Amino acid sequence: MTPILSPQGLAGLIFLGCVAATIAGALLATNATRLIRAVTGLALCMVGVAGIYYFLGSPFVALMQILIYAGAVCVTIIFAIMLAEPHEMKRVGKVHALAGPASILAATVLVWGLAALGTKTVWQPVACRAKNGTLEEVGQSMLTTYSMSFELISVVLLIAIIGSLALARAGRSK
Amino acid sequence: MSVHPEVIRLLIFLVGIIAFAALNAAYLVWLERKEAGHIQRRIGPKEVGPFGLLQPLADGIKLMTKQLIVPAGVDPVLFRIAPILVMIPAIMGFVTIPFSETLVARNLDIGLLAVFAFASVNVLGLLMGAWGSRNKYAVISAARVVSQNVAYEIPMLVTVVSLVMVSHTMNLTKIVGQQLGGFWHWNIFNFAASPLMPVAFLIFFVCMLAETNRAPFDMAEAESELIAGAFTEYPGMGFGVFFMAEYANIVIGCSMATILFLGGWDCPFGLYPGVHWFLLKMYFLIFTVIWIRWTYPRTTFYGLLNLSWKILIPISFVNLLLTSAMLKVF
Repeated sequence: MTPILSPQGLAGLIFLGCVAATIAGALLATNATRLIRAVTGLALCMVGVAGIYYFLGSPFVALMQILIYAGAVCVTIIFAIMLAEPHEMKRVGKVHALAGPASILAATVLVWGLAALGTKTVWQPVACRAKNGTLEEVGQSMLTTYSMSFELISVVLLIAIIGSLALARAGRSK
Repeated sequence: MSVHPEVIRLLIFLVGIIAFAALNAAYLVWLERKEAGHIQRRIGPKEVGPFGLLQPLADGIKLMTKQLIVPAGVDPVLFRIAPILVMIPAIMGFVTIPFSETLVARNLDIGLLAVFAFASVNVLGLLMGAWGSRNKYAVISAARVVSQNVAYEIPMLVTVVSLVMVSHTMNLTKIVGQQLGGFWHWNIFNFAASPLMPVAFLIFFVCMLAETNRAPFDMAEAESELIAGAFTEYPGMGFGVFFMAEYANIVIGCSMATILFLGGWDCPFGLYPGVHWFLLKMYFLIFTVIWIRWTYPRTTFYGLLNLSWKILIPISFVNLLLTSAMLKVF
C-alpha cells in the first residue's frame, strides 16, 4: 500500500477529493431547493471536474474549465438570477409523475454508453500521450483537425449574440 | 516512517504562501494607513508599537475576538462560505508565481493561464456573499462588481495575449528569463515587438486596479454610497477575510505586472538578480496602487464602464493587431 505522505498517496487523496466534490456538487445542483445554491453546487462540480482533468494530464483543459465554467458561466447564471428573481422563490409544486422514471432511464443509458466507451476503447499507454493536452497540441489540433467544429462553435456564439441583441431591442421599444 | 522530500517541499510552500498572503494583508493595511496619513498631512497610526508597527496585530486580535453574527434572513450557508470562496482563489494564484528563478511552488507550463483562471473565480465568492447577505447595498454592489469585472477582464486579457505572442510561452519563469540582463530588455521597453508596449503596461495596470476593486474603481465597497457594499453585513473576521483576499489579489496583480512587464527578478543594471529585486518592484507597484487610491476620487459607474469599453478595449486591440503585424513582418 502506498503511504499517505508520499506524492502518490497525496495525489490519491486529492483525486478522491475531486471525485467527491464532483458528485457532491452535482447532487447539490440537482436537489437544492434554492436556485442560487444549485449554482453553488454547479460551481463545485465544475471545480471537481477540473481536478479530474488535471489528473488526466491536461492542465490546460483543467484551467480552462475553471476559467470558463467556474469563473464565467456560474457568475453569469448568478447575475441572471439576481436580475430576474429578486425575491428568491423556493421551488414549489410537484413534478410530473413520469419525470423520475424518465430521468433514471436517461441516466442509465448515459452511464451504460460511457462505461461501454471506457471499456471498449483501446487506451494508449502513458508514455504515448505525454504530449497530449499541452498548449501546442491543443492549439494545433484546434486549427487543423477540429477547425470545422471550432468555426461552428463561433457561429453558435454569433447567433447567441444576435439573438440577445434582438431580444434587448424588442424590450427597449416597449 | 520517512517522509518524501517532495511532500516536505509542498508543505513548506503551502505554509509559506499562506503566511506570505496573510503577512502582506496585515502590513499592507498598515502601509495603506501610513501612506494615507502622510498624503493627507496626518501621521497615521503611531500609538501601538514603534511607528504603529504593531497596529495590524491589534487589529487582527480585535477582528478575531468579535462575535461572528449571522444576521436573520441571510442564507446561512452562502453567507459563511463566501469569505472562504474569495480567499481560496487568492491563495491559489500564488502557486505558479515565480519570485525568483528557483523560488516557485509549481512551475507550470501554463502558469500565466493558471493565475488568471483562479483570479476569475474571485468574483463568484463576492457575488455569493452579496446575494447571501440579503441586503440592498450588497446586491447593488454585486451587480456593479460583475459588470466591472467583465468589462476590465477583456482589455487585460487582450493585453496579456499580445504579450504571450511576443514571448511565445505561458511559462512565467521563461517569460522572465527572456527579459534578463538590464532594464532595456524588459517587456515594457520591448519596442522591437510593439511600439505600444508602455501603453500596454498602463492598460494592464489600470485593469489590475479595476479587477482588484481598488479606488478610483472601488465600486464594490464604495463606502460613501453603499456603506461597505458586498461586505455590509459581515462582522469581525468575515469582513477581515474579504480584506485579506483583496490585499492578496493586489499582491498577485502587482507580481504579474512585475513578471510580465518589469523583468521579474532581473536587476535594472544587470547586477545581482534575485528575489530582492522582484520584491522591490512589486512593493513599488503596490505603493503606487495605494498612492493612486488616496489621490484620485472614485469615478462614477458610467465613467468606469466608458473608460473600459470606449478607451481601453480599442487601444488594447490596436496593440494586439500591431504586435501581430510586427511579428509577421520582422
